[in-house]
Amino acid sequence: MQCLRRFLACLSVLLVPVAACAQQLTVSAAASLTDAFKEIGARFEATHPDVTVRLNFAASGVLLQQIRMGAPVDVFVSADEETVARGIEAGVFDPATKQDFAANTLVLVVPAGQASPVKSLAGLADPAVRRIAIGKTATVPCGRYTQQALSRAKLWEALGPKFVQADSVRQVLDYVARAEADAGFVYRTEAMLMPDRVGIVQTVDGHDPVTYPVVAVGASREPALAKAFIAYLMSPPAQAILKRYGFARA
Amino acid sequence: MQFITQDVSQMSDFLQRVDWPPLLLSLKVAGIATVLASIAGIALGWLFARRRFPGCALLEAACMLPLVLPPTVIGYGLLVVLGRRSAVGGWVYAHLGYTVVFNWHGAVLASTVVALPLVLKAASAGFAGVDGTLEAAARTLRQSPFSVFARVTLPLAWPTILAGALLAFARAMGEFGATLMIAGDIPRQTQTLSLAIYDAMQDGRDGTAFFLACITSALSVAVLVLSKRFFALR
Repeated sequence: MQCLRRFLACLSVLLVPVAACAQQLTVSAAASLTDAFKEIGARFEATHPDVTVRLNFAASGVLLQQIRMGAPVDVFVSADEETVARGIEAGVFDPATKQDFAANTLVLVVPAGQASPVKSLAGLADPAVRRIAIGKTATVPCGRYTQQALSRAKLWEALGPKFVQADSVRQVLDYVARAEADAGFVYRTEAMLMPDRVGIVQTVDGHDPVTYPVVAVGASREPALAKAFIAYLMSPPAQAILKRYGFARA
Repeated sequence: MQFITQDVSQMSDFLQRVDWPPLLLSLKVAGIATVLASIAGIALGWLFARRRFPGCALLEAACMLPLVLPPTVIGYGLLVVLGRRSAVGGWVYAHLGYTVVFNWHGAVLASTVVALPLVLKAASAGFAGVDGTLEAAARTLRQSPFSVFARVTLPLAWPTILAGALLAFARAMGEFGATLMIAGDIPRQTQTLSLAIYDAMQDGRDGTAFFLACITSALSVAVLVLSKRFFALR
């Protein structure tokens, strides 16, 4: 009993700094925003000295699922409109706060430094192309854009057996960069991160526009701060960072 | 009565919607991995229990490493050694057109590596527990070394080894991290039970995730109970 009491006393001492800590803002953002948002988060902290920004990156669908399960998140940033719409329908977001702040392009990539039979979308049917990396269509927006584009090109069904579905667009990029997949579909901003390891074959059309909406989470304990972060995303400093990483304006 | 028939029809409805291939694949992968790990584990276990040679402690530690390493390290290591941009994996792919990456063989490999320490430890303990005088007696009866091993040592150590093999099977069934990294998560090709649960949870298919989790848990409990029985047999 004595021992337990001592343990609890120690524990409460450890918890004090957490409770006394200044405001904390948790931002769940699409995997493709990883690099840009690390910079934006740091800049936001610099302009708001009492605020700590926690960043959580994964596929948009996975992040939505975490929030629906009650994860303590303040701001949600998706790589597509559909995931946000699903969250609004489920009642977890504040629809009034939604804003589109950036746009991107879907590209077809192949491993760099080796001859590839893939010169266009049609080249994916070549028997030498054994594995094509795409995002999981259920949770990764990039995978859904890919599905739309390939369905429109009448290639989706035929290429089915070659697909390797990855957990996020980052993993698609990794599969192609390691040459484990012979081709893959990622955003242009992703391909730009590894110019020496993946080569862009072409821009892919025939899908919904790739836009990035941001929205405040309804259950946020810091609604004012969440709105401030959303406003900051639209500001020139944040837009300049996004531009540097290759994102277009929404 | 009506409630019961409704329940039954709902249940059969549900069973039809559940994806069975992941379970079958997991059983296949874990089964093969257990056999491979047992062969290697028995050989190495005997070596570590009976022979002393320079570097044997280091080699044993290396074989036990997968027990304590994060699965991500194992997956990364396998990719570095066998991936297509590696020397070995690149050569094999160029000449034979074969790769373990994105292939269910990769899942077997990952499971074998993580299951090996469990058989090895059990086999090593089993062999150490065999009374040396019995083996000496067999040798005086002009039995060859192999015959002594097959007819005296192995039968005496068998319950312990089997208990270890069952633990290895349970561990192989539960492999997740290294499998995801090397075999990928391809439905009906490399998607094992643990990967199917991960997928179902991420997509918000809670019913499926819950059902598959129950199957895994029930199977694991059965294996652990069996394993305990064999350990008690010693």
